[in-house]
Amino acid sequence: MSLSHNIPSYFHIKVDRESCKKCKRCTTHCSYGALSFNGERIVADDSKCVACQRCVVMCPGSAIRIVKNESFLPPHGNYTRRIRNILWAQSGNGGVLLSATGNDRPIRTIFDDLLLDACQVTNPSIDPLRETIETKIFFGRKPKKLEFLTDKKDSTKITLKTEFMPNFEIDMPIMIGHMSLGSISYNTCMAIYQASKELNILAGSGEGGLHPDFYEYGSNIITEIASGRFGVDINYLHKAAGIEIKIGQGAKPGHGGHLPGEKVNSLISQTRMIPKGSDALSPYPHHDVYSIEDLAQLIAALKEATRYKVPIGVKIAAVHNSAPIAVGIVRGGADFLTIDGFRGGTGAAPRIIRDHAGIPIELAIAAVDERLRQENLRDEITLVAGGSIRYSADLIKIIALGADVAMCCMPVLIAMGCRVCQQCFRGLCSWGIATQQEYLVKRLDIDVARNRIINLFHSWNEELKEVLGAMGIDSVESLRSNRDRLRYIGPNPKIAEILGVKHAGE
Amino acid sequence: MKWKNYTCLPKQFRNERIFDGCGISGYINIDGTKDNGKKIIDMLCILNERENGLGAGFAAYGIYPKYKDYYALHFLFDNEQSKERVLNYLEDIGYLIQSEPIPTKTPMDVSNSPIIWRAFYEPRQKKGISSDEQVVQLVMEINEKFEGAFIMSSGKNMGVFKGNGWSHEIAEYYKIIDYKAYMWLAHSRFPTNTPGWWGGAHPFNLLNTSVVHNGEITSYGTNMRYLESFGYKCTLFTDTEVIAYLIDLLCRKHGIPIPIASIALAPPLFDEIEQMDKKYQIALKSIRATYRSAMLNGPFSIVVGFANPVPTLFGLTDRKKLRPLVAGISEDENTLFLSSEEASFKRLIIDSNGLYTFKKIWHLKSGTAIIARLDEGLIREGFEEPFKNIKLTVTGI
Ligand code: SF4
Ligand code: SF4
Repeated sequence: MSLSHNIPSYFHIKVDRESCKKCKRCTTHCSYGALSFNGERIVADDSKCVACQRCVVMCPGSAIRIVKNESFLPPHGNYTRRIRNILWAQSGNGGVLLSATGNDRPIRTIFDDLLLDACQVTNPSIDPLRETIETKIFFGRKPKKLEFLTDKKDSTKITLKTEFMPNFEIDMPIMIGHMSLGSISYNTCMAIYQASKELNILAGSGEGGLHPDFYEYGSNIITEIASGRFGVDINYLHKAAGIEIKIGQGAKPGHGGHLPGEKVNSLISQTRMIPKGSDALSPYPHHDVYSIEDLAQLIAALKEATRYKVPIGVKIAAVHNSAPIAVGIVRGGADFLTIDGFRGGTGAAPRIIRDHAGIPIELAIAAVDERLRQENLRDEITLVAGGSIRYSADLIKIIALGADVAMCCMPVLIAMGCRVCQQCFRGLCSWGIATQQEYLVKRLDIDVARNRIINLFHSWNEELKEVLGAMGIDSVESLRSNRDRLRYIGPNPKIAEILGVKHAGE
Repeated sequence: MKWKNYTCLPKQFRNERIFDGCGISGYINIDGTKDNGKKIIDMLCILNERENGLGAGFAAYGIYPKYKDYYALHFLFDNEQSKERVLNYLEDIGYLIQSEPIPTKTPMDVSNSPIIWRAFYEPRQKKGISSDEQVVQLVMEINEKFEGAFIMSSGKNMGVFKGNGWSHEIAEYYKIIDYKAYMWLAHSRFPTNTPGWWGGAHPFNLLNTSVVHNGEITSYGTNMRYLESFGYKCTLFTDTEVIAYLIDLLCRKHGIPIPIASIALAPPLFDEIEQMDKKYQIALKSIRATYRSAMLNGPFSIVVGFANPVPTLFGLTDRKKLRPLVAGISEDENTLFLSSEEASFKRLIIDSNGLYTFKKIWHLKSGTAIIARLDEGLIREGFEEPFKNIKLTVTGI
């Protein structure tokens, strides 16, 4: 047996013999093969357990507990258990380690170091239960100014000369990020699109094509043109509310999409237009975009193809030079710009990239917003920020730092049942989310999942209104870039300086 | 009066914005008749519940007919050196037509009163930049970079007089009663946390636009950063300055008529917009989307005076009307008055032994502009639908 098989598991499955009814349900529910029945009792293989909690939830006798593996490795402050596990895994398989979800290193989250302002005495707070607080957003490009012509003879005759560019109205400053059919299941996609339509927000298609069943939700879907051009056909362009050119993703800056062949069944092969069972690896760069001029041409081509009817945007990963790159993209004609922070999620990415490349979204948005202002371009575009918007507090803070719209994925998956086991790349998701196996996909009830997403964002939007009300603001437009209403309490004043936020007490 | 802090806020307070409760008043004689300062002083001083002796000011339009073609720069200087530096600089970059002290009535026992100065000025012609723009840049530059100097106002044939004291003290100090103007604005204040400073009192002015404001702008950060992209420098530690700059940006730079600019500052709710005709929906949504960063949030009532292209008095409250504003029109319908309180109008009636009467006194609808223009009269009464009385055409439909 090779060493790699001896990697100590993080988890230990405890089956209580007294309460186990021997129904064997857990053995069929565990998609990772960690549980089996030996004719007498349930046998657990800790090394296969990913702590996805499926068996725990499904056991009729409440007999299962997944606990932390107490088996103690010799302690070392530098060669942590995590590092040792990486080394054992690599020396076992000799390849690039894959991972999923977002960066899981315990790096301090800047959002948690930001505090919100509220009204006292000199300005009354607004009660969202009794007064209107608006959260509508226009998604797309805006003119720098409106031209109104007043008639020389009759000053009551006024003409609005500026024709407004295509903008999509959404009811909440929220977008569900790009998760492709392939990385997630048909049922998951369907629940997401139905919820987006019901909430009138936007959802990304990811780079997996658009299944014909989803056309009817197209008015709330932004399709994604990635370097692999998977699934791009005329419907993909024409059925969508907007199109996004994916240059990069927060979880894997500098990398292309990565769909392991295990997940490419016939449904995926049809919508992506690739052979069954083949790995769908998007090229790292777009091979027709080696420079900013090339990108401008691609934007122009897409605008032509869609007859200037929908906004065309670009997504980049938050990297060291995001700010000047963003300026180039806006000058290149993008109607919206998405910045994806280093904690952003993924269905599959090399672990080395996921864990070490990119910068936090808080800093990237602050820098991009500031630079676009210096160039007097900021108000013309819609700035979307993703990369671990975990809950409504993050949404509120990222808007105050400068984003128009917050983009998120993990909270949506968690709402549907995801336990953040980080195994999406294996295609065995026991909750029917990040899998293509029919028997697993069926586990996700579309109606239930859709309603949970609707509930989630209703509650976020209500919480946004609560905060706006407490700040004495009755429309989310007046929160955007309003860094005056944030204060920093973290340990590093340099961060506050880059964010343009004062320290608490100032 | 407080004989200190003329041209800038004391250092220890510079990190804070000034919040205040205020009394605001203003009026315009529609036929252009000029009044001395008595009425505006009476209107303002009666609002004494709204001040605590820490600042007041007046703006008067039509006061310098002799120099009406030149920019009337009203200065505060801490000392002779700062005055010399600024005046020399002005001579370097333009023409000083006239330069003189503004008459004041300084009490006997004051040793370091400010130098209150005015200069009638014309910038030297420069290619590709209008004189207005040059003067805007000059104001930004002097107020930001010249220590001991502050420009209170920079319009033509108008001026702002302000300082740190009770409204009646400021009126006396500047001899407001002696000026003759067709349009007056006035302000008194109740700042919460600072000793106040002279330049920080209202009205705030840029070119011909003067603003008096009661309230607190909760969207300050958004508005300020928007203005900064257009080259404005918000250095006065108060939110009123952003209102003055926003109006300058919308009306002067973008050429938007004031009834429409008022919509950008306090737009109708989306629920209301959805009820309107397609044409209005497009116009209103274009305004909201394009000028989303110009929208003012938080409690406010403002009275604004400006002179280009037509002298206009303009009043507006926030969308929830968390600050008061009352309008009154004289019996002869020649004078439109705006004030925080009806008491201002009552005072005029009582003082004149009932000779002066009002045809109508009314309360504005929240977030709805009242506008009166010289010669034209009242063009919006403060409770109309956004495009009432406007024949709007939208290109493309
Ligand atoms: S599901 Fe629970 S009760 Fe059934 S066999 Fe497994 S542990 Fe026993
Ligand atoms: S989606 Fe499924 S596989 Fe991925 S982290 Fe969540 S539970 Fe695990």
